[in-house]
Amino acid sequence: MIAELGLALLWIAAALACLSLVAGTLFLRGGSKDLAALVRPASVAQGVLTAAAFGLLIALFVRSDMSVELVARNSNSLKPMIFKVAGTWGNHEGSMLLWLMILSLSGGLIAIFEKRLREDTLVATLAAQAALSLGFFAFLLFSSNPFKRLPVAPPDGQGLNPLLQDIGLAFHPPTLYVGYVGLSVAFSFAVGALITREIGPAFARAMRPWVLGSWIFLTLGITAGSYWAYYELGWGGWWFWDPVENVSLIPWLAGAALLHSVAVTATRNALRAWTVMLAVIGFSMSMVGTFIVRSGLLTSVHSFAVDPERGTFLLALMAIYIGGALMLFALRAGAVAEGKKFALLSREGSLVINNLLLTTILALVLLGTLYPIVAEAMGEKISVGPPYYNKVAGPLALILCLVMVAGPLLGWRKDDGKRLWSRLPLAIFAGAVVLFGLVLFGGKVGILPLLGMTVAGVVAVASLAPLWGRNLRRTPLPTWGMVTAHFGVAVCLAGMGAESAFIKERLVAAAPGDVVKVGDFAVKFVGVKPIAGPNYTAIEGTLVATTSSGGSFTMRPEARTFPGLMGTAPTETNEAALLTRPGGQLYAVLGQPVTSDDGSADRYQIRLWWKPLVWWIWLGGALIAIGAALSLLGRAQLLNIWRARRSRKSQERFAP
Amino acid sequence: MTPRLLLLCLLGALALPLAAQDRLPPAPYAYQQLKDPAQEARAKALMEELRCLVCQGQSIADSDAPLAGDMRHEVRSKIAAGESPGEIKAWLVARYGNWVSYDPPFDGATALLWLGPLLFLALGGWLAFGRFRRGANDDEEGAA
Repeated sequence: MIAELGLALLWIAAALACLSLVAGTLFLRGGSKDLAALVRPASVAQGVLTAAAFGLLIALFVRSDMSVELVARNSNSLKPMIFKVAGTWGNHEGSMLLWLMILSLSGGLIAIFEKRLREDTLVATLAAQAALSLGFFAFLLFSSNPFKRLPVAPPDGQGLNPLLQDIGLAFHPPTLYVGYVGLSVAFSFAVGALITREIGPAFARAMRPWVLGSWIFLTLGITAGSYWAYYELGWGGWWFWDPVENVSLIPWLAGAALLHSVAVTATRNALRAWTVMLAVIGFSMSMVGTFIVRSGLLTSVHSFAVDPERGTFLLALMAIYIGGALMLFALRAGAVAEGKKFALLSREGSLVINNLLLTTILALVLLGTLYPIVAEAMGEKISVGPPYYNKVAGPLALILCLVMVAGPLLGWRKDDGKRLWSRLPLAIFAGAVVLFGLVLFGGKVGILPLLGMTVAGVVAVASLAPLWGRNLRRTPLPTWGMVTAHFGVAVCLAGMGAESAFIKERLVAAAPGDVVKVGDFAVKFVGVKPIAGPNYTAIEGTLVATTSSGGSFTMRPEARTFPGLMGTAPTETNEAALLTRPGGQLYAVLGQPVTSDDGSADRYQIRLWWKPLVWWIWLGGALIAIGAALSLLGRAQLLNIWRARRSRKSQERFAP
Repeated sequence: MTPRLLLLCLLGALALPLAAQDRLPPAPYAYQQLKDPAQEARAKALMEELRCLVCQGQSIADSDAPLAGDMRHEVRSKIAAGESPGEIKAWLVARYGNWVSYDPPFDGATALLWLGPLLFLALGGWLAFGRFRRGANDDEEGAA
């Protein structure tokens, strides 16, 4: 019954989306006010029903109802509960339903909370959001039905890809999806504003919290995904420039550009056409990413369903939405004046350069991701990987960071740069200290890590400059947010630079009792023992790491084997052991047993890395997200709304 | 190319089950570093640029696949024998094509890849700075 109810709810929600779209369109074409009154409640109901359908799908996974095809293919009754729940979105259909649920809930949230926009713009926005969700409803109901029953229920399910059986999976996809789909709201606002021609500060202020909100989730999702790859893949890499990582980075870059340009539009009523354009690009890039990952163009742990029909469906949807929005933009571009002008040396000027560099990086990441696919279609097999991105995106990113130093210190409209110059010496001094320290004492350091750490030094000091000489208690929250996020960029950059420059690696075949030196640690291999997990068996190694100062830490890396369920091949994964120290992380992996020449197999491959400051990378990511959250709190003006409501209530109480 | 590597390539080409590769013990330098740190650093840098041909977007420096292990062994052996990273890379590219290298060469097929971002930046910069120039003259009058 649960599956049938879920499917029914999806159909009703799709019908409500249809209602919002039709009623909104009729109203905008001059229909009666009554039609507009339908749109808000329909959007809210659509969000609630889709969320309920998703809840029912989770219930099916929790109950291990193997008569449902999706559960039988992707779950197993022996799996720990948390992975049964997370398994709901660890597959194609479930993740598309999650995507759709977030899309519908966002529409509902706009309908409830957005009070600043003109009525017709709001209706147009909600209609655009309904149009978006309608396409994905069609995709789900016609080609990816998650509630499909099997004619005969198998005794048990096939289980979930062991790489995905990790606590990271429970949070990584939902977080990233909220970010991806949150950008759909910016897209819908842009379409709504283009339809009613209301493009100005009011529109930008309404859009800004949504952009910030989805960007926070994108930042968290990418940071968590990076950490997952770091500890789960067993080789200690934290960014691979893998196509799947790239397509999550591209919307993040668009979001970063958008939240800076929307600031210009909201504050200065400038860059209007560009902000609208970026809002369209942002969600378009989310859809392109979903398409690339889900269509089977790439093979990776993320491509669940390699099915050309689904790929074509997504491609068609994408073409309609992106093409439609761009066409609308082209038709109305003449009516959207750029807005107020400004000088190059001004806050706006630096933000324009910021946007130029961010979109260039966006374009090159997209180019690097798509190039091998296109080249292969033309008969040329090439690979584009870290060397390319480091060479091309690296320098641009460093210049971008330097612009970030200048921007916050410049005034709006026009600036003579006096304040900028008065505050630069300390930052330049910090950069110089880092640079000379590294050149004199750092040994052989690559040029990119060297410049990275230098720029990190400059940015770390300069990012705090907007707080100097201010009353800290009166500094508005968005300023705190900006300072925190920019400081986070410096922390992240320093972590990346230090890890690349000073990593120590030791790969050995060790017998119990052997001691391996890596960095400041002497690591003793004590031995291995077999252990059994809930749905896997493992060999657990025991390593004791001692520091020169006498500290002693036990590390237990595991080599796990997940049995093949229902006829699939067994899978092996490495669980790295991590020892976090103030100066970095010690990373240990237990590999295969090694046979010696005399035939005895008592030695094991052990991989050890000392990764200086590596955790700063994710700390920086978290700081960026926290900064954006502070900014969001300030911008959403929740406090003001609450105060206004309270004073209105008290007035009503005392009214005669 | 050693017989081992040839054999593995053949196995890979025939798409035999992975288990068939697993039966062979890994080559010595697959999981063992070179004694000389300078040589190891050169080998490591090269390994990070080489694609593991049977993996999903991983370099041979961070893959557990048997083929990646054998390629690591090849790279380390050749570095130890005194070959330069450039020579080894040329040797691998001659055998596997540009697919094996994550650092695409600059040629007719990749010109757009390398120059595209520069063109984008130049075009974007030209558009943006055009605005500033006009903006300097009519300042507030341009307000709409």
